[in-house]
Amino acid sequence: MTDNSIIAPLIIHLLAALLQLAFWRKTVTQRYISVTAAFLGLVSAGVLFHKVYSGGILIMNAANWRAPFGIVFVADLFSSSLVLITAIASLAVSVFSAAGINRARMLYGYFPIFHFLVMGLNGAFLTGDIFNLYVWFEVIIISSFVLMTLGGRKAQLEGAVKYMALNILASMFFLTGIGVLYGITGSLNMADLALRIPKVQNQSLINLTSVFFLLGFGIKSAVFPLYFWLPSSYHTPPSAVAATFGGLLTKVGIYALFRVFTLLFTPDDNLKNLLVVIAIFTIVTGMLGALIKDNIRRLFSSLIVCHIGFMVGGLGLYSKMAMMGAVFYLFHDILVKTNMFLIAGLIRQLRGSMNMKLLGGIYGQYPKISLVIALVLFSLVGIPPLSGFWPKLYLIEAGFDAKKFVLVATILAGSFLTLYVIARMWSEVFWKDPSGDERIQDTFASLRLHKKTFLVLPVVLLCFCSVMIGLDAQFIIEVVDRITDEMINTAPYIKAVLG
Amino acid sequence: MELVLVCLIGILYASGMYMILRRSMVKLLLGILLLGNATNILIFLLGNLTAGKPPVIPPDLKVFNDIYADPIPQALILTAIVISFGLTAFAIVLLKRVYVLVDSDDLDDLNTPEEEDI
Repeated sequence: MTDNSIIAPLIIHLLAALLQLAFWRKTVTQRYISVTAAFLGLVSAGVLFHKVYSGGILIMNAANWRAPFGIVFVADLFSSSLVLITAIASLAVSVFSAAGINRARMLYGYFPIFHFLVMGLNGAFLTGDIFNLYVWFEVIIISSFVLMTLGGRKAQLEGAVKYMALNILASMFFLTGIGVLYGITGSLNMADLALRIPKVQNQSLINLTSVFFLLGFGIKSAVFPLYFWLPSSYHTPPSAVAATFGGLLTKVGIYALFRVFTLLFTPDDNLKNLLVVIAIFTIVTGMLGALIKDNIRRLFSSLIVCHIGFMVGGLGLYSKMAMMGAVFYLFHDILVKTNMFLIAGLIRQLRGSMNMKLLGGIYGQYPKISLVIALVLFSLVGIPPLSGFWPKLYLIEAGFDAKKFVLVATILAGSFLTLYVIARMWSEVFWKDPSGDERIQDTFASLRLHKKTFLVLPVVLLCFCSVMIGLDAQFIIEVVDRITDEMINTAPYIKAVLG
Repeated sequence: MELVLVCLIGILYASGMYMILRRSMVKLLLGILLLGNATNILIFLLGNLTAGKPPVIPPDLKVFNDIYADPIPQALILTAIVISFGLTAFAIVLLKRVYVLVDSDDLDDLNTPEEEDI
């Protein structure tokens, strides 16, 4: 069904960014615009999700060129639920940024670039054209380059060089894949490609092409052995930026992997085994990284890598239950990872440091904030009935069904080690007596009340969403069940696009 | 013509890969540029080269009655060139800035140790 309103979440962020450019250097106005736009984005994403949930797949033909000739935007349940979760996360980051980003960064266009980034994310989720997906990826990476370097500290720029080089390389692989795929099939529309690819005579050529996509998206989603850029760059930008990156950017790579390897290519056994092996190594290496980190943001960066492995493992098992687990985990991960980095920013405000050796005593001074944070940490670890528990249950059960015991063992070990590092962080940061180091200073206590609210409210909002996902898991499981049905049986998607 | 382009693409990919494995930042940038050009020519080649047949319908006809060059790969390449232009401009400024701050062209010098974190 054609519905032109599906790009509303995208247009709202585009207009917000343009409007903010008109208010260059008016940081207060930009803050108001940013929070309003993020809120409107959330409303429109909610409306879109409701429409798709109750009415089925919606499409929009750009400039009324019918698919497969023009660019088509498709909102199926997978896209629209990711747009909704992105909208929740971006509202939280937008509110947090109003107090958590310093004025110098705002003067040089933090807010417009942030909204361009969210626009790119929405575009990547909604597009139904593989080359258009490449363009949205470029919108995302150029915005993220600016956000990462804004401020120009030495560590930031050093991280940005690695981030930039590998992300451009990933785009190159992706573009090569698109070129080869176009050469073989003569189409760029994903639904059309899904029909044409099985008819190609030389299927080994198709397998080879799919490796280009695996490499490109693998670098972007930071899987082993392509993840080295992530732990060496994500701890450098301000926490609000790191929250957007950690929560959303690597997850677009996962989204693209799922989209490409369910709709376009059906992985053969070799590729499935490869994905499982990649997942195992990703979990192990991410975990080992997290064990030795003293800086909480470096620790969270390694945890991102570790938990990416869970989702790739779900894709590698390629059964309905495994993909349900992986997609559920994706939803949970976006919310909780965004929140972790916001918490890191909050701790930085409370103590002026993010080094666990210097921190301590936050629980004694701020018991209420600490309890909210504890709830988030519990949900990250996966204590039932919070949000991290259910997807792991599905993944482990699917692993047993597929007899991939090494993957099951790794997922369990990954969960326990997550518990260990989070428990260590909790006792170091919250329970330990204050370290008394002269570098520690509380900038939070002297803030005005509305700034304090801006810093704490997003953490509470995301925490509330995580708790609700855990308590109302029945609804999420129903959504995820329908998403995986759409992934396994792609006929409704193709029919909706091509008519 | 195809053979020439195939050889060219191979050389560009190989030299691009060689360059990005070097430790110098400038060579890294050149490597990325070479890889980008290789990819663009690859798309051009895979769109089937058709010489002297522009995809324009003659005024007295309603449809094509002859083979014509596929315009889509050229549109893709044009988009990719514009994007890589923007990225390259950003990359050059970034690398220049890093060079000023770190005073080195060596990628191995870009490691502020964890102890200096705040």
